[in-house]
Amino acid sequence: MRILTVVRQVLDAEESVNIQEGAVALDGRKLVLDTMDEYGVEEALRLREGAAAGAEVVALAIGPARTEEALRSALAMGADRAILVETETPLDVIAVSAVVAQVAQSEKIDLIFCGGQQADWDSHALGAATAERLQWPQATWTSLLALQGGMLSGKHDVDGGSESFAVPLPAVVTTQQGLNEPRYPTLPNIMKAKRKELRRVPLTEYGVSAKLRVVGVEVQVKQRRKNIIDGKDASAAAATLIDLLRHDAGVIG
Amino acid sequence: MILLVAEHANGKLSKSTLEMTTVARGMGREGAITLLVLGSNVASVAAQAALFAEQVLVADKPELAQYDAEVWAAAVAQIAREGEAHTILIGGGRSGREYSPRVAVKLDAPLIEDAITLADRNGALVAAHYTFLSRVTETVEAQGPVTVVTIKPGSFPPAQPASAAGEQYDAELDLPQPRLRITGKTAEKSERISLADADLVVSGGRGVESPEGFKQLVEALADQLGAAVGATRAIVDAGWRPYSEQVGQTGKTVQPKAYIAVGISGAVQHLSGMNKSKFIVAINKDANAPIFKIADYGIVGDVHQIIPAMIDELRK
Repeated sequence: MRILTVVRQVLDAEESVNIQEGAVALDGRKLVLDTMDEYGVEEALRLREGAAAGAEVVALAIGPARTEEALRSALAMGADRAILVETETPLDVIAVSAVVAQVAQSEKIDLIFCGGQQADWDSHALGAATAERLQWPQATWTSLLALQGGMLSGKHDVDGGSESFAVPLPAVVTTQQGLNEPRYPTLPNIMKAKRKELRRVPLTEYGVSAKLRVVGVEVQVKQRRKNIIDGKDASAAAATLIDLLRHDAGVIG
Repeated sequence: MILLVAEHANGKLSKSTLEMTTVARGMGREGAITLLVLGSNVASVAAQAALFAEQVLVADKPELAQYDAEVWAAAVAQIAREGEAHTILIGGGRSGREYSPRVAVKLDAPLIEDAITLADRNGALVAAHYTFLSRVTETVEAQGPVTVVTIKPGSFPPAQPASAAGEQYDAELDLPQPRLRITGKTAEKSERISLADADLVVSGGRGVESPEGFKQLVEALADQLGAAVGATRAIVDAGWRPYSEQVGQTGKTVQPKAYIAVGISGAVQHLSGMNKSKFIVAINKDANAPIFKIADYGIVGDVHQIIPAMIDELRK
């Protein structure tokens, strides 16, 4: 069995967001493996250590050369090898799914993990679009997963609640918080990751082009009133706040 | 045509459908506004839909009783092809955002996710949507004969009924068998108003210190105000509150008139779920907590003293 885990390199959530030359500035910022993708890598490793013993875990990223760092993080967690499809041109998620699907076919993949929502695109679409291209079923927003005899079963979130599901392989699974607790790479594994195979392929090999064009980017700045009261005298502070909510904001009766 | 996939529950057309109708009417594109109703025993939904759209296509079949991403995508793509739809609007809930990418791939169309504005500009479709955990607004442009768009719930006012009721037609569909088998369901249940619909939200974080603290502070204040209850990931993970109450990147996105954050420090992932609230109110003992940077009103103090004092004040 072979498992593909798709990873993205995103701005660390603690970093501030600035716009430079029509895009969110990433140079010199802390970039990390997206947390949502860590769940996918971890789940693939758990399958390899358990129900899918002997499986190979391949990490895939599509992005500029620096994306290698995110793939090295996945390798340090324990992925067996990595593929970087290199492009300096930003691609939208539907275009990226065409690359993922082609890699899945050429690598004879049985199961794909994608993040439920990427921290840069705020997109939910990669898993489903990839599944459609491969004509595979999908399970999105998975919070629990088990594999038995070629069937995946688990739990996932839907509008208004959650469902238990069963789905045959091959399939695409998207992750979310609660699926597992991703492991920290140990120093020996970080060292080992440097020697693991990381194959670079130019995007041109896949014949995809962007479907969407970004025409504007701006940071959300909503002016806030920042009327902060000292709460040493609790009842006086509470009275002032309630009065503000009633008469300044007009949000309570 | 402009194809809208109607969302409905318990025989009623959902608010999101009316919001999509507003988008369809105002986006500046020609074409009959067509609502597609998928489901089983949906005659009453179709009748409601006819009040808002020029045409209503109804697929009323037992095999559509349960939503499935592959089935829904197949149905929408077939109707879009046959009707030569140039714009397909789908609700931005979990299911809409799950099957819409499949529709886009089937039609070889661009996908715009979670649009908060949408307009035709010289034949291209231009939309704004949030990125970077809702901290950035990105404007994107889609070219080509057909575009799939999901509409962020709560971003547009609900439409009023049209002057004349639309025609209803039965939709002929060739549907695939679902491969994801549903073996059990857990519905969210709450006696309170839902997070999505509430004008006021009272939300609690680690600062409430215990499940009992949450009840005595957050729930009590919410009950006093008639507000919905929210929670941070940290306390959902700790098992103090159900996941259905979680606000943030991996939980719900809310934009009430006022969001009252009780003992919440304000991690970016949490802020991304509530930073579009009209007013943000923070009560926290740490004056340097990031939540105060985006607060309109706040009290630096002990939530165990401040919240009971607020409840007393409201009772006066």
